[in-house]
Amino acid sequence: MELSTIWFLLIAVLWTGYLVLEGFDFGVGMLLPVLGRRDKDRRVMINTIGPVWDGNEVWLLTAGGATFAAFPEWYATMFSGFYLALLLILLALIVRVVAFEWRGKINDDAWRRRSDWALIIGSWVPAVLWGVAFANLVRGVELDASHQYVGGFFALLNPFALLGGAMTALVFLTHGAIFLALKSGGDVRDRAGALAGRLAPVTLVVAAAWAVWAQIAYSVTWTWAAVVVAAASLVATVLTTRARREGWAFVASAVTILAAVVLIFGSLYPDVVPAFDTANSLTVTNASSSHYTLTVMTWVAAVLVPFVLLYQAWTYWVFRKRVFATHIPDHVGLTFVRPAVPVGAPATPAAGSVGSDEGPQA
Amino acid sequence: MEALDLARWQFGVTTVYHFIFVPLTIGLTPLVALMQTFWVRTKNERWLRLTKFFGKLMLINFAIGIATGIVQEFQFGMNWSEYSRFVGDVFGAPLAMEALAAFFVESTFLGLWIFGWDKLPKRIHLACIWAVAIATNLSAFFILAANSWMQHPVGTVFNAQTGRAEMVDIGKILSNPTLMAALPHTLTAAFVTAGTFVAAIAAWWMVRLVRSGDVAKARDVYRPAVLLGVVVMLVAGVGVSLTGDQQAKLMFDQQPMKMAAAEGLCASVDGASFSILAIGDLNNDCAGVKHLISVPGLTSFLATNNFSAPIKGVDELQALATAKYGDGVDYVPNLPITYWSFRLMIGMGAGAAALAIAALWLTRKGRVPGTVWFSRLALVSLPMIFLASSFGWIFTEMGRQPWVVVPNPNPSGVDGVWLLTARGVSTVVSPTMVIISMVAFTLLYGVLAVVWFKLMHRYAIEGVAATEHDPSPDNPTNHRDPDDTADADAPLSFAY
Repeated sequence: MELSTIWFLLIAVLWTGYLVLEGFDFGVGMLLPVLGRRDKDRRVMINTIGPVWDGNEVWLLTAGGATFAAFPEWYATMFSGFYLALLLILLALIVRVVAFEWRGKINDDAWRRRSDWALIIGSWVPAVLWGVAFANLVRGVELDASHQYVGGFFALLNPFALLGGAMTALVFLTHGAIFLALKSGGDVRDRAGALAGRLAPVTLVVAAAWAVWAQIAYSVTWTWAAVVVAAASLVATVLTTRARREGWAFVASAVTILAAVVLIFGSLYPDVVPAFDTANSLTVTNASSSHYTLTVMTWVAAVLVPFVLLYQAWTYWVFRKRVFATHIPDHVGLTFVRPAVPVGAPATPAAGSVGSDEGPQA
Repeated sequence: MEALDLARWQFGVTTVYHFIFVPLTIGLTPLVALMQTFWVRTKNERWLRLTKFFGKLMLINFAIGIATGIVQEFQFGMNWSEYSRFVGDVFGAPLAMEALAAFFVESTFLGLWIFGWDKLPKRIHLACIWAVAIATNLSAFFILAANSWMQHPVGTVFNAQTGRAEMVDIGKILSNPTLMAALPHTLTAAFVTAGTFVAAIAAWWMVRLVRSGDVAKARDVYRPAVLLGVVVMLVAGVGVSLTGDQQAKLMFDQQPMKMAAAEGLCASVDGASFSILAIGDLNNDCAGVKHLISVPGLTSFLATNNFSAPIKGVDELQALATAKYGDGVDYVPNLPITYWSFRLMIGMGAGAAALAIAALWLTRKGRVPGTVWFSRLALVSLPMIFLASSFGWIFTEMGRQPWVVVPNPNPSGVDGVWLLTARGVSTVVSPTMVIISMVAFTLLYGVLAVVWFKLMHRYAIEGVAATEHDPSPDNPTNHRDPDDTADADAPLSFAY
């Protein structure tokens, strides 16, 4: 197999890792206003992904870096062509990162509300836009003879792409609800499980519609297998969520995302960015780096990726327990203004960190 | 403004901003790891309290560094797609390696450290913060390898068929002499930043406590932190000076135009003086530069260790570049910015060193000073050390203009691999789109800067906590068996 094909597959693997892992992070963030009625519930939700969301996001940076290294033309065309969409995703990811880390740093209701909004918006925007972007890749875009995207921003908002956005949003919502049912306990777990049961059928319909459209209009025969697997795993998701088999539901949901990536990348191959005028398409061959660069990067990836999988798996093992509301400590964040404590008096953690979850703040 | 100028402004804004937080992260993470190591080794609770105190400041800073770093991975493709096409074969590799080798370790083990206080055995938990510290420094290696290649391409050939640069030797790229000079300089500068940060905040608290009568706490908790910070400042400060000197010598060889511009040196001369103060017009006209104070021969000495060595001036270098790379291009970087950023980098760094000297004197023989000017000096040194890093990078990057990939001038250098900044910008991205993104990033970054500062300030003036959930070594909950289900309902030691 050509090295460039191996790298095409490896980039598909990186996107799978990203979408499966950050997919549930997005889902948890998107569901904050739905499942997190009390602050403590929202904290349970956020803490199910607390130790892992940052590591999950690195799969995206790696996919970006690997695309740059292995397919510079793909990287250049896609990110300059999908400029405004990517800008929105970046802005969303930025506010999401700081909201995670800074939310608990200040013990103040308004502060928490704002952080929650940052998390909600920061999760919804990329969840929709990644779907729009990938659907446009599958559909093909307008490239000129030098492989530059010349279609403009609004051409990206076609019905197929918008349905793709709805599809990823629903898939991540379901995936996130299932993850919450698996990783939280008590009230949140119950409501997340029930919601997953209601979301899964809707996701099945929308995702099936998009996949069949993609398959018939833009793909090749063998990816029917991916469509069938996606459909089967979505049916399994519906059944397992109804039966409250949370572990199996998560597996089924993850398989759905895997099958979607297989469908997307399978329909692209051997193109990486198909053009309306196929002579202008960027392909695995004409977009790739030199053989030497691909060889070097193959060695690097072969050595490092197994370690990444190993220590990330270990993290999930360390934090394997469900998060219950009783596990959530009182707010340890400081108040905005430092309470008047005489300097030199033993500073107690209580100073500036008093406060119940619900009660009004002094 | 053209899309080119806007794209350059955007890159400048997002990158200088990102690098406010990066040096502190690179330097402070190992210092926090060191504090935690002292605690694990000595079981002295002072070090645990300091670990928690500086750990919180580190995390507030880490978050915004990560957030603004995401942009860096993608904006080459967004605004500089022609650059990306030309160099991706070479430049993409260190970026991908950085993500695989450093970012994954950094993010995963940071999560383990933050949430693992009561879930991991003490030594494994300590190993997690060391893993983060090593990874942040490793990340600097890879990104500087990428930058050094732009400053001085090696291990590469120009493929005339594709019109692109192609990698032929990764070993040369990862051992680029430019990288070997830039890496120690950047890392020691990061340690000076973190040392100043620790010393300044601890010094401010020490003085405050002494003045309010709590000398015991000042002596017990803050004085050791001041000394730790000062030792790091001094050791890394010597390193930053030596490596800076090394780097300057290399730059006279690799990028003589950058150094001539930094000196405002127009005509080639034997025994070039080092300009302390110069004025000029803002038209980037070399003839308008007037040197008011100079040290004779010092520039020649800095470049070659010889006070009377010949140094090429801007005019001659412009003529040489025109002959070699074509006319119609101004090969001279912005003179006032290059000149002043170089001096401000050195000046700000040297200014911050005053804190270290003062601290050493005032704390001699076990003294615990309560001198007000010392506390003020500490506060002044903080912004200075951050500015020194910013000016250093502004100098490095503005000084190589108009190139984005600077030609390698050495006889053994690579042929044909160079790129003017103007040729690297995305051709399909309109000025309107760049304006939209620049305004969006600038506004968001402005808001985040305010919040970052408020949080850092708020946590700094809170001081070290006595004990947080009583995390003393005597507290059995700190080394309970993670699988012990007896207290499965106990609150987590840390949660968002």
